[in-house]
Amino acid sequence: MDDILLLEAIERYLGGDMDATERNYFETLRKNTPEIDQMVVEHSMFLHQMDIYSVHRNLKLSLQAAHSKLVERGEINEGGELTPKGRVIQLWNKYKKVVAIAASVGGVIALVISGLAIYFSPVVNGNQIQQLSKAIEVIQRNQQYQGKLINEVKSKIPENAKLISGGSGFLIDPKGFIITNAHVLKGSGAVVVNNKGEEFNAVIAHIDLDKDLAILRIDDQDYTPLASLPYSIRKNNTELGEQIFTLGYPRNDIVYGEGYLSARTGYNSDSLSYQVQISANPGNSGGPVFNNNGEVIGILSTRQAEAEGVAFAVKSKNIYTLVDELAKNDSSIEKIKLPLHSSLKGMDRRKQITSVENCVFYVKAFNK
Amino acid sequence: MKADTNEQALLKGLANNDSKAIDTIYKDNFNMVQAFILHNNGSYDDARDVFQEAMIALYEKAQSESFVLTCQIKTYVYSICRRLWLKRLQQMGRYSNQVDNLDETVPVEEDLEMHEKRNAEFAIMDSAMGSLGEPCKSLLEGYYIKKMGMQELAAEFGYTNADNAKNQKYKCLMRLKKLFFSKYNIGE
Repeated sequence: MDDILLLEAIERYLGGDMDATERNYFETLRKNTPEIDQMVVEHSMFLHQMDIYSVHRNLKLSLQAAHSKLVERGEINEGGELTPKGRVIQLWNKYKKVVAIAASVGGVIALVISGLAIYFSPVVNGNQIQQLSKAIEVIQRNQQYQGKLINEVKSKIPENAKLISGGSGFLIDPKGFIITNAHVLKGSGAVVVNNKGEEFNAVIAHIDLDKDLAILRIDDQDYTPLASLPYSIRKNNTELGEQIFTLGYPRNDIVYGEGYLSARTGYNSDSLSYQVQISANPGNSGGPVFNNNGEVIGILSTRQAEAEGVAFAVKSKNIYTLVDELAKNDSSIEKIKLPLHSSLKGMDRRKQITSVENCVFYVKAFNK
Repeated sequence: MKADTNEQALLKGLANNDSKAIDTIYKDNFNMVQAFILHNNGSYDDARDVFQEAMIALYEKAQSESFVLTCQIKTYVYSICRRLWLKRLQQMGRYSNQVDNLDETVPVEEDLEMHEKRNAEFAIMDSAMGSLGEPCKSLLEGYYIKKMGMQELAAEFGYTNADNAKNQKYKCLMRLKKLFFSKYNIGE
């Protein structure tokens, strides 16, 4: 009973419910009796905890109330009311990885089966066969080399040699270094012919099959080196839409063609080359691709067989790499100085062609 | 970002247990948290638990004297929920890497520590209350939580007068204190 009275007193004291005299009396009591003092401290702490507890409980109730109210109003969505949808979303979230894997496995199997079906299916009608064969052709021969057979044999080509392919090439150093496509040089030797029909013997100085580029060196006393080259060779990439022109030998006479740069990469996103929109024919391989300023931006090399006017040019910066490779591999060869300045800037196209013409050669490869 | 005046008003409302403010904060933030938790291996119930816990943490923060919220309520609530949920996932041993780190969050570790301490105290009091038995429990709840007067309580519980009710209340209170401090001290 005493304890209860004491507790009541403490609670009244802490709650500020005591009047002045009672309060004074209690405070002296507290001062003189450590046990009572201790009880006061403890109880004050307990009441504080009780306060927090009650506030939390009330808050939790309010939150629950708010939650049900909002769900009822439809302002928040919960599983309960929308069971089917909620469940589906939960299941989806839980299993979406599995579903994705299953789907891709399914997709792969479907592709394999349809591939096998096409492969093994019997010949039913002509139309289908043609489509199929065309598809195979797309895979196997999407790119058609623009070399061409040459029948005529004359002068500097050894007598019993057989010409096997031809293409174009152009000077990268007036001393007589010509760049062309590696695939043009299929035979064992080559001659180059200038725009006036003069032939010169040439040897392969360097060939890089990966880049599909080769450097020929004119090895002929009849050749008189030019003073300088009118064009330069661009080191940087070129932007889309750049107007371009080319010169080459799809026939015995030099042929001009123009177009524009249509993609920054070549066939199958090959980053070594550009896609260009230009009319290119067998024989154009190895020909220079100039921009309006008379800079060489590429070497015309291949075209897409099934698309009209789509051709690919090896980027001109590869010439620099090739020349470096050559210098590294063969120190006996004179150093090639690539032309860095174009004197064709701002010139009329016809004048540009006239200046460039005699630097573009017809490359003929033969087998002895 | 400094919480704007509208948000300040909401927090003030929350601190005063104003149901309108609670509803507004609840409505504005719950769906975001629910989406997060559902997306990360949780259920609707988990979402509600975690969100309400974050609301309590926000409330505690709003109540503290040194209260400054230096970001938007949304960011704060999200940060708290995120931490809480990741912790729970870890405890359940199904931590997922799915949780993306791209969201804006604020450091809430200190606040959460505080909150957890409070939570522990709350749990002690709750279990002490729970093991008290009737009518003590209801009597004390009536007095300390529902803040009912002794007169009222006497009437409700059928005591002949307020003094008897008060006497009973103190008896109960002594038992509760005993229960509470036995665990609280251990907890310390």
